[in-house]
Amino acid sequence: MTLFLLTLLNGLTLAGLYFLVASGFSLVFGLMRNINLAHGSLYLLGGYIGYSTFRATGSWELGVVVGTLSMAAAGVLLQYFIFRFMEGEELRQTLVTIALSIVAADLMLWYWGGTAYQFTTPDWIRGAVSLPFTPLRYPTYRLAILVAAVVVGIALWLFLNRTRIGMMVRAGVDDKDMLAASGVNVQLLFCVTFAIGAGLAGLAGVLGGSYLSLAPGEDMRFLLASLIVVIVGGMGSIVGAGIGAVLIGLTEQFGLAYAPAYAPVYTFLILVFVLAFRPQGIVGRPLQS
Amino acid sequence: MASVLDETPRTNDGTLARLVRSLRWYYVAMIAFLLIYPLITGGFWTVQIGAQTLILGTIALSLMLLAGYGGMVSLSQLTIAGLAGYMIAVFGGASGGLGLGWPPFVAIPMAIAVATLFATLVGVISVRTEGIYTIMITLAVGMAFYFFVLQNREIFNAFDGFAGLRPPLVLGINMREANNFYFFCLAIAGFGYCLVLYLSRAPFGLALQAVRDNPRRMRALGFNIQAHRVAAHALAGFLAALGGMLLVWMNGQISPGSVGIAPLISILIIAILGGIRHPVGPFIGALIFVLLDNFAMQLIGGDRFNTVIGLIFLVIVLFSPDGVLGLWKMFRNRLRRQPQDSVESRTE
Amino acid sequence: MIHKPLATTAASALALAMTIGTTTAHADEPIRIGVLATLEGVFAASGQDGMRGFDMAVDRFDGEVAGREIQVYRASSDASPDSALSAARRLVENDEVDILIGPLSGSEGIAVKNYAHEQPQVTFLNGSSAAQETTLDNPAENFFRFSTEGVQWQAGLGTYVYEEKGYERVAILAEDYSFPYAQIMGFMTEFCDLGGTVAEKMFVPLETRDYSSVIARMPQDIDAIYTVMGGSDILNFLEQYQQMGGEAPLIGGSIAVDQTILSAEGPDRDYLIGTPTSGPLADDWDDPEFVAWQERYQEMFPDGLGSPGLFAHAYYVNTLAALTALEEVGGELGDGHEALRDALQNLELDTPTGVVQVDHNRQAIADIFITEVSSDGEGGLYNRVVGVVEGVNQTLGFPEEEFLANGFAARDNPPVEECQ
Repeated sequence: MTLFLLTLLNGLTLAGLYFLVASGFSLVFGLMRNINLAHGSLYLLGGYIGYSTFRATGSWELGVVVGTLSMAAAGVLLQYFIFRFMEGEELRQTLVTIALSIVAADLMLWYWGGTAYQFTTPDWIRGAVSLPFTPLRYPTYRLAILVAAVVVGIALWLFLNRTRIGMMVRAGVDDKDMLAASGVNVQLLFCVTFAIGAGLAGLAGVLGGSYLSLAPGEDMRFLLASLIVVIVGGMGSIVGAGIGAVLIGLTEQFGLAYAPAYAPVYTFLILVFVLAFRPQGIVGRPLQS
Repeated sequence: MASVLDETPRTNDGTLARLVRSLRWYYVAMIAFLLIYPLITGGFWTVQIGAQTLILGTIALSLMLLAGYGGMVSLSQLTIAGLAGYMIAVFGGASGGLGLGWPPFVAIPMAIAVATLFATLVGVISVRTEGIYTIMITLAVGMAFYFFVLQNREIFNAFDGFAGLRPPLVLGINMREANNFYFFCLAIAGFGYCLVLYLSRAPFGLALQAVRDNPRRMRALGFNIQAHRVAAHALAGFLAALGGMLLVWMNGQISPGSVGIAPLISILIIAILGGIRHPVGPFIGALIFVLLDNFAMQLIGGDRFNTVIGLIFLVIVLFSPDGVLGLWKMFRNRLRRQPQDSVESRTE
Repeated sequence: MIHKPLATTAASALALAMTIGTTTAHADEPIRIGVLATLEGVFAASGQDGMRGFDMAVDRFDGEVAGREIQVYRASSDASPDSALSAARRLVENDEVDILIGPLSGSEGIAVKNYAHEQPQVTFLNGSSAAQETTLDNPAENFFRFSTEGVQWQAGLGTYVYEEKGYERVAILAEDYSFPYAQIMGFMTEFCDLGGTVAEKMFVPLETRDYSSVIARMPQDIDAIYTVMGGSDILNFLEQYQQMGGEAPLIGGSIAVDQTILSAEGPDRDYLIGTPTSGPLADDWDDPEFVAWQERYQEMFPDGLGSPGLFAHAYYVNTLAALTALEEVGGELGDGHEALRDALQNLELDTPTGVVQVDHNRQAIADIFITEVSSDGEGGLYNRVVGVVEGVNQTLGFPEEEFLANGFAARDNPPVEECQ
């Protein structure tokens, strides 16, 4: 029972981290149909920049802010210099961003070396808290990530559904030309969306790097994780990313706890299964061509 | 080659004449070059550069068939090749007394058959998806396979994989000898090339291309588009399996690293680098890739060779969606200044 | 018109290829040495350190041996056997090296050893690869390993923790591949013979980052956890284990607690104090030769690891063996390297970590260091030497037949049931 409960919590808190990375990916794809396979590189680069900031200033909080903002800026650059020129060309976007991620991985290896880094989290989120109704204690930091994910999820939903900019973004997805004709700067709008998506990857990089460490190879790992989460849940849907993250996080942790030998295989099988029977993902709408 | 062409539904007279007419001087030069190549180079250039280019080209060719004609970009072609290689080890036996030790004339066809069957299955699962989803489901199949072989000891011998895999003696010819192995690879690559080229004009290939361009109309015309796509996966899987068989013989071993994410993406890079509009593209891509892979470190003289490989790839995909073939076409068109050339190719 | 330059390039490329194929070695020509390490991907930092070890050995000979200049050819793999093989082929068949040093990791080592069977004209020396099978299963006549391997590296550790630390029951947590299997064999052989018990062997698949659910099912009735992980994985495990309230002390495999981990940031690294490990070298070894070597490393590589690591050490020792033997035979490489190989076989190599010799399988017999993480009193941590096991051979002192009868290290060998 204890193992079950702990594994459940581990799965949910891991899902929190996956949601943070994947929601940015989903936002960019769902609204602009941009496939950014360099999303994992944004995660790792954000984490590294956050770490360098943390080392220079000693402030973890500043690391979080700088890691997030720097990647938001990188997102704007990506949209402005790359994606603007290949709207709607899925295969080309896929290939260009794969190439970018290869170059980025090698340059990061050059600058930060091959050793692993880990943040020291500040005291207010270190240690463990007692779980109500149980004798168990659970790490505060993991719960904090879960809380952060829930907050970000709600904020994103409100942004898209309740704000003027959000409405414009959604309108831009349905009919870009009409939106442009009504006087809205579509490119600016898309840059803002990309900045949010990329910034979330940077944020996740710092938060993830604080308990999973940053090292070469983490970019690919989190790219794969976000892809699976987003595709299982349904591309472009914030709710879908949430469902996908929970499903994948739980699968991974229950796999590790009860049948570790094939733990990494299960998540991929879930993906194959979902796509085979519901190609648009669990809550995704069918793609209109 | 002739036998392949004989099976065309077109009238037999004129086929040979058409073939002779279509033979340009550069075809003859190319074939002659490929045939004398191993005689003028050493073992390294024959196997590591020559044979490896042909092998990776053949695997990438299977992707070209799917992506170019069928519009389905599959990342699992190397997985299928890897499965064929694994099965050759499992059925045929490997060093350390592993494997079943069946004779080669049973083990090899069985291995190819298992891989082709698996490819068909991947096809059945993935044809319901489109675009990026197809890329992702095939990537997921590839990664699931990688993690499975990494952990499975009973069949795939886990992390260690299989070693001591060597081509068998065929009719007393020693395939382990560099030149013989090269010619064997050349024969298989040539077979694949002709097959795919033939498909571009055969009814099945034409239907596949029509399904790619307008699935709705093809369905209305009474074509079973899913069946066409699955068949394409099966055929491409067969080609990839042949490539995988050669690859495992060239390396003499196979382990999870052979089917990891890096080689999976390499096959995509190779196909795209060369161009997926014509079956020669994957071989051009493979040549560039193999040369870069072997000599980038020496040419650049530092540790940043992966940056250079990535940048070359980036520049090509940024400026020419059709890879090197596309660059070549642009270059030729500009040189000739014949605008109707592009119109021609569109109405083909 | 446009085809002409292409044709000339092709022709010159062919001409070049032909000249490469026809060169022959002369005594006054440079000696061609190839070095293969992993400079890409997850193990890139290890590969860089391996290259440093290689460069130190060449530097010690001032770049020439027996009056012949040393010409170095470098190649990189991504730690997979396929890429190691491809890189080795380039070095041997294209660059035509006389001697090849490498590779870095275990499965690569087995692949290169198999390749050595096909290339009898080249002498191979190991880099830092540490799989048992490389020299124990179908060894190649021309493959020498002057560095010790995974099983040897844990010699003495089981005895130390049982007798000195008083740990009688441990849980084993390791990554699921051949290097940890070998380390576990080395540890369990001694530990179980003395009467120690293993509660459970827990393997996590490679590339696992979040260990929390593995930690949740860790047995409670144990004195210590024996962990065989390296690099970022041990950092992840340690952080998560402490956050989950874990309190059992650790015992480390050879790559678990190196200097990069000890100097990593974090208030909780003091948790590592008292963690015993064993391996082929120790940062704190006060032997003058070792200290001099360490200082030379720091002088040559200000950006290096602070103290040479496992990989630098292995590459250094193997390269040193090659160059020392070459010097001994006056750079003579005739008769299929016969003289060189005889010299290697009979070499008593002085290394910074003691005298090394090779056995009949051309596998090193060398000293192993047992260390314990200690505080230096100024907030820093280091590995303090608590014992040296001299002359450890590949069968841990058992007769070869008896040792081989138990089979190679594997996921379930040695079986945990025999140690409970």
